[in-house]
Amino acid sequence: MTTAEFGTHNWGMVVDVDKCIGCNACVIACQAENNIPINTQDRVERARSISWIRVERYWEGDFPDAKARFIPIMCQHCENAPCEPVCPVYATYHNSEGLNVQVYNRCVGTRYCANGCPYIVRFFNYWEPVWPESLRNHLNPDVTVRSRGIMEKCSFCVHRIRRESRNARSAGVEIADGAVQTACSSACPTSALNFGNFNDPDSKVSKMKDDKRHYTLLDQFGTDPNVIYLAKIDADKKISAGEAATHG
Amino acid sequence: MQQRRELDQVYTNRKLLNGQLDTPKWWLPTVSILGVVVLIGVVVIATMVNKGLGVTGLARPVYWGLFITTFVFWVGISHAGIMISAILRLTQAEWRRPVTRAAELLTVFSLLTALVFPLIHAGRPWRIAYWIMPYDISRGIYPNIRSPLIMDPVAISTYLTGSTLFLYIALLPDLGNLRDRTTGWKNAMYTVLSLGWRGNPRQWKMQTVGGILLSALMLPIFVSVHSIVSWDFAVASAVEGWHSTIFAPYFVIGAVHSGVSAVVTMMALMRWLWKWDDFIRPEHFDALARLLIVVATGWLAFTFLELTFALYGQDAPEIALREMQMFQWPWNALFIIFFLTAYAIPVPMWLFKRVRTNIALMFWTSILVNIGMWLERFLIIVPGLARRTPFVYTWEAYRPSPVEWTIFIWSFAWVTFLMLLFSKFFPLVPLFEQKESQVFTEDVMIGRAKIPAIVREAD
Repeated sequence: MTTAEFGTHNWGMVVDVDKCIGCNACVIACQAENNIPINTQDRVERARSISWIRVERYWEGDFPDAKARFIPIMCQHCENAPCEPVCPVYATYHNSEGLNVQVYNRCVGTRYCANGCPYIVRFFNYWEPVWPESLRNHLNPDVTVRSRGIMEKCSFCVHRIRRESRNARSAGVEIADGAVQTACSSACPTSALNFGNFNDPDSKVSKMKDDKRHYTLLDQFGTDPNVIYLAKIDADKKISAGEAATHG
Repeated sequence: MQQRRELDQVYTNRKLLNGQLDTPKWWLPTVSILGVVVLIGVVVIATMVNKGLGVTGLARPVYWGLFITTFVFWVGISHAGIMISAILRLTQAEWRRPVTRAAELLTVFSLLTALVFPLIHAGRPWRIAYWIMPYDISRGIYPNIRSPLIMDPVAISTYLTGSTLFLYIALLPDLGNLRDRTTGWKNAMYTVLSLGWRGNPRQWKMQTVGGILLSALMLPIFVSVHSIVSWDFAVASAVEGWHSTIFAPYFVIGAVHSGVSAVVTMMALMRWLWKWDDFIRPEHFDALARLLIVVATGWLAFTFLELTFALYGQDAPEIALREMQMFQWPWNALFIIFFLTAYAIPVPMWLFKRVRTNIALMFWTSILVNIGMWLERFLIIVPGLARRTPFVYTWEAYRPSPVEWTIFIWSFAWVTFLMLLFSKFFPLVPLFEQKESQVFTEDVMIGRAKIPAIVREAD
C-alpha cells in the first residue's frame, strides 16, 4: 500500500476488524498514555472531546437482521495527507519514517488541517487542559501536554518508537519486530491492532497487510494511508477479495 | 432628471467640506454609540483571546464558522474600491467621480477589519507572526508557501498597501485645500499630510500619473485577492462543496457584487447624512444599478455552474451535501433567503429606471444583496464542514455562540466608526474630482432642456 521509499522504517498499523470486539481498551490506553484531557460529559456533548483513537460502531444490514460492527479509527498517517500541504507553519509534515507528525510548538491553531482531514481524527484544544489534583502525578513524562489553541492527533506513540530506537542504537542492534508497540496495540486483548515496520518484509504487519481481506479507509481520496484494515469475515456470506478491497 | 443645478466652486467647497469645517449635529452621538459598541467588541475579543476558543460555538467537524464567513464577507466588500476607482478610472467612466473616495475608503477599512478575523480565530493568535515572516532561520523552518493561509496575508497586505497609497494620492489636493481653510493644530496636521501640495502643473501631473499607475498595478491584485481567499476552501480536497475549480472566478465576481452594493448603501447614507443631493445624484445610482445587473447576473451564472459541476460527477457525498444545503432544515431556510436577497428580489427591481433612481429603494435593495452575499459564504463554509461524513462520530451541528455574534456585530460598528472618524478630518467626496468633472461637463441645449454632456477627449 505504501508507495514512498523510506529508510529502514516505515511504521504502520494493520487493524484486523474481524478480531475487534469493540471493548474500547485501546481508547482508554491511548488516553492514559498520551496525556489526553478527560472527556467530560460537557465536552462530549459539545463535540469537543478528544480521542486519538475511537471505536466507531455502525450497523450493517436492515432490522431485524442488523449486525453491530466495530471499527477502530485513528490517524491514518497518510502518505499523501490532505492535512499536510495546508498548514501554513509546517506544524504537520511527513517524516522519513512514514509518520504524519504534529509539531505542537509550531502550531498556531488555524484548524485548517482538521478541515482537510476526511477521517476527522484531528482534534483542537479549545481550553487549557486541566486534570483533577489526584491525577496530576499520573501524566506521562514522555509526552508533551498540549496547551490550548493547538491541534493534536494520534502520533503512533512516537515517544515509544524513539525510546526503542535509542535502546537499539545503544545496544548496537536493529529494532526487533514487535519491540515497538503503541499503547493501543499493546492494550488490545484480541490483537486486532498490530503495529510494526512495513519496510521489513519479514515483519508481522508486512505479512498481514497482504491478506486478501485488506483495504484502506476512504480510498477514493487517494490518501494512501499507513493504516491497513482487514475486512470482517461474515460467517453467513462469503466476501471475495475484490469486494473486501472496495469496502469502507 | 438630467438637469441639475449649476454648482460654482465656492458652493462646492463649502458643501463638500461641511464634515470638516463644521460638525453635523448627528455626528457626535452616532460616533459615541458606535464607539461603545466597538469597545464592547474589543472587550469580547480580548476575553476570547484570554480564555480560549472554547467560548465560540465551534465544534468538530465544523472548525471554521462565523469568523471565517465574516472574513470572506469583508474581503468581498473590499473589492468595491478597486472596481469603482481603478477600473472605472481606467475606462474613464465619468459618473464614478463623487464615489471614488468613499469606495476606496471602504476597501481600506473593510480589509483592516477582515484581517482581524483570521488572527483572532487562530488558536494562538500571539504566534501568528510566524505565518507571515520567515522565522527561526537557523533551523531552516520557513512558512509553508503551499498553504493558501500564507498566500492570504501576502495578497491582502499587498492589496491594503496599494489601496492606502491610492487613497492617499487622491487625497493630496483636498488636503492642500483643507490646509488653506483651517487654523491651529488642524492646520499643522494638514500641512504635514499634504506634503507641500501647491497645485502647480507638475504636482497635478505626478498626482494623475501616480493614480493611473496604481490603478493599473492594482488590477491583478483585484483578481488575485479573492481568488486566493477562495483557495482557502478549494484546496481542501476531502470536503464536498469546497473543492471546486470554479471557486476563484466565482468568489471574485461575488465579491464585486457585494462590494458595489455596499458602495450603493454608503452613497445613499452620504447623500442623506451630509445632504449632498447636488453631488450624489440619482444618475449615479442609475449607473451603479446598471453595472450591478450585469455583475449579479454573471455571478448567478457562476452559482449555477458551480452547482452543475458539483452534481455532474454524480458523486454520492457531493449530491448528499447539495441536498442538505438546499432542502434540509435549517439550511433550506437560509438558502431561500440567500437566493431571494442576493438575486431574485433586487435584480428584477433594478430593471426599472424608477427603482434605479429612487434612493431609498436602492439603499434597501443594496442591503438585501449584502445579506444574501453573507449567507452565500456561510452556506458554502458551514454545510461543507457540517456534512455527514461516513463516521457517525462526527455528526454534529454548529451553532454560533453569543461571543461570535458580538464580534460579528463589532465588525460592522468598527467599519462605520472608522468611516465617520475619517469623515471628520477628510472630505468623503473628492473635491478635485468633482470640480474636474464640472470642467469636463458642458451644458447642451436639447429643445428647452439644458443637458450636461461630457466634452472630455481621451488623453
